[in-house]
Amino acid sequence: MNTEATVMKETPLQRFWSEFCESRIAVASLVVLLIIILLAALAPWITPQNPYDLAQVDVLDGKLPPGSDAYAGYTMWLGSDGAGRDLYSAILYGIRISLTVGLAAGFIALIIGTVIGLTAAYAGGRVDTFIMRAVDIQLSFPAVLIALVLVAILGRGIDKIIIALVAAQWAYYARTVRATAMVESAKEYVEAARCLALSTTRIVIRHVLPNCLAPLIVIGTVQTASAIALESTLSFLGVGLRQTEPSLGVLISNGFEYMMSGRYWISFFPGIALLLTIVSINLVGDQLRDVLNPRLKR
Amino acid sequence: MTPVIEVRDLTKRFTKRLDLAGRIAHRLGANIHEEVVHAVDGVNLSINRGEVVGLVGESGCGKSTLGRMIAGILPQTEGSVLLDGKDTASLAGPESKAAALAVQMIFQDPFASLNPRLRVEQIIGEAPLVHGYTDRSGLSDYIDDVMLKVGLDPSLKQRYPHQFSGGQRQRIGIGRALAVKPRFLVCDEAIAALDVSIQAQVLNLFMDLREQFDLTYLFISHDLSVVEHIADRIVIMYLGRVVESANTEALFADPQHPYTRALLAEVPRLDQRKRNFTPIAGEIPSPLNPPSGCHFHPRCPHVMPVCKTEVPVLEKHQAFREVSCHLDTTDSHDINNHSAQSDSP
Repeated sequence: MNTEATVMKETPLQRFWSEFCESRIAVASLVVLLIIILLAALAPWITPQNPYDLAQVDVLDGKLPPGSDAYAGYTMWLGSDGAGRDLYSAILYGIRISLTVGLAAGFIALIIGTVIGLTAAYAGGRVDTFIMRAVDIQLSFPAVLIALVLVAILGRGIDKIIIALVAAQWAYYARTVRATAMVESAKEYVEAARCLALSTTRIVIRHVLPNCLAPLIVIGTVQTASAIALESTLSFLGVGLRQTEPSLGVLISNGFEYMMSGRYWISFFPGIALLLTIVSINLVGDQLRDVLNPRLKR
Repeated sequence: MTPVIEVRDLTKRFTKRLDLAGRIAHRLGANIHEEVVHAVDGVNLSINRGEVVGLVGESGCGKSTLGRMIAGILPQTEGSVLLDGKDTASLAGPESKAAALAVQMIFQDPFASLNPRLRVEQIIGEAPLVHGYTDRSGLSDYIDDVMLKVGLDPSLKQRYPHQFSGGQRQRIGIGRALAVKPRFLVCDEAIAALDVSIQAQVLNLFMDLREQFDLTYLFISHDLSVVEHIADRIVIMYLGRVVESANTEALFADPQHPYTRALLAEVPRLDQRKRNFTPIAGEIPSPLNPPSGCHFHPRCPHVMPVCKTEVPVLEKHQAFREVSCHLDTTDSHDINNHSAQSDSP
């Protein structure tokens, strides 16, 4: 009786971790992602300049190539942009904003999408049809278009961008949660819970939802990366965040006009930072999908 | 004596409604219409306290649907389920909850029937805590007690279902049901998914628990040889209807309905080792489009013209014996002659 139990003493979390580590690319991506997050979190202490503090930004330092010395004395290893911001500082602060916007939008969309998806799965009938048609309509428009229209109506600012991103992304979560919840609630353990006269709310929250988490985590990772990309796109198009508090997209957009005049660094380095962030999140998400997908279990 | 469970004209129809495209196609004259499955069709059944009733039939005959309606998991389309003489649909509030808890179900698949994200103590302990059988301080002892009753080591209660073998998982499922002190258990193919060596253990557990807690069972199975061991009475279903119901010995000694005879002929027996097994002719018909009259007539060796038009009524022959067949009402001597020919190897 006990022999079998002792064989499987590995906890689910340990097994998850060892399976995750099977892909070296995924581990490398996770390390890169953690470094990016760490740099962004520590930005005020490891950067020579606060790019949001106009007293520290000197327009005379503008458009300096990488390696030049700033008027204030420190070296601008990645050069400076048109307004005289040290690009290294601006990138770290920009990653902060991009990550905040992406994570906040991803998290809020996840909550809203989950609630809507569970409602659709459990209410069924007309409510389900209504919600799913709304999801279909939402998904048939490009996300950029929806976000663009909303930002145009709401105006600029981090909060407005987050609202626009949530509006563009909730449908992915809703659809996934609904499908998973329907599969899960047809299983016998849910029937058993109903037979034990447990309330529907309790069954949904304690029994169905925890079993829907795996696909949610995967969608959440990929959609967070796509929210960051979307925010950068909006900023690049000039409808996103303000010039005074630049995200990566604003930095790229600012440098774009100098691209053809040989000052590549203003767009190039923020672009690299954005690329690394999005690619590493996506690679981690891909590996999560492989590990958490029960159909690929070895 | 009032039966613990009584089922009156219980019917379940599953309707697949047309979607918008289907409705438009239907309007335009396409050959698409709503599909109705008569899973259970007017079943009457009463089960007395302490009885073990075996419900037998081929897959797709509605036996699981009937069990789920009795357990209150599926709502019935028509008819009623009575617990101790009271219609469960008419109860409200605490009485309704008590009625729901009095009837519990044991499931077939010990993998799918346990929530993989919960520990054993949560699986067993959730309902007793919610329904006030115990409080937080007494919960741990309560769970230990239930686990001992079903033959599980209480020191394993922190584990997850995937860390147990099939037989142990089925014990967890039984413990979950027992934790709310039921009086009636619906066992839906409860041992079909287990190894043969484990099947006997779990069957013995069922029988021990029955004596210990004065339980009544509805034991759903497709396997007559399993049911023969434990059931006092056997009910045979075919395509949503009960065709025969009799005491176990009587049913095995003298099956009356042609379908029961055919089923019994297929049970492997030591004393008939050399015989050839002949499957029942034809396939089980689709419940979407069941045959007219007696559902069994396309496969019946004794089919008569009346079978194709009239639905036979379930008639009481002797005490504890009911058969639904036209043969019995017309000429009972005749089938014995017929069957002597058709049953011989």
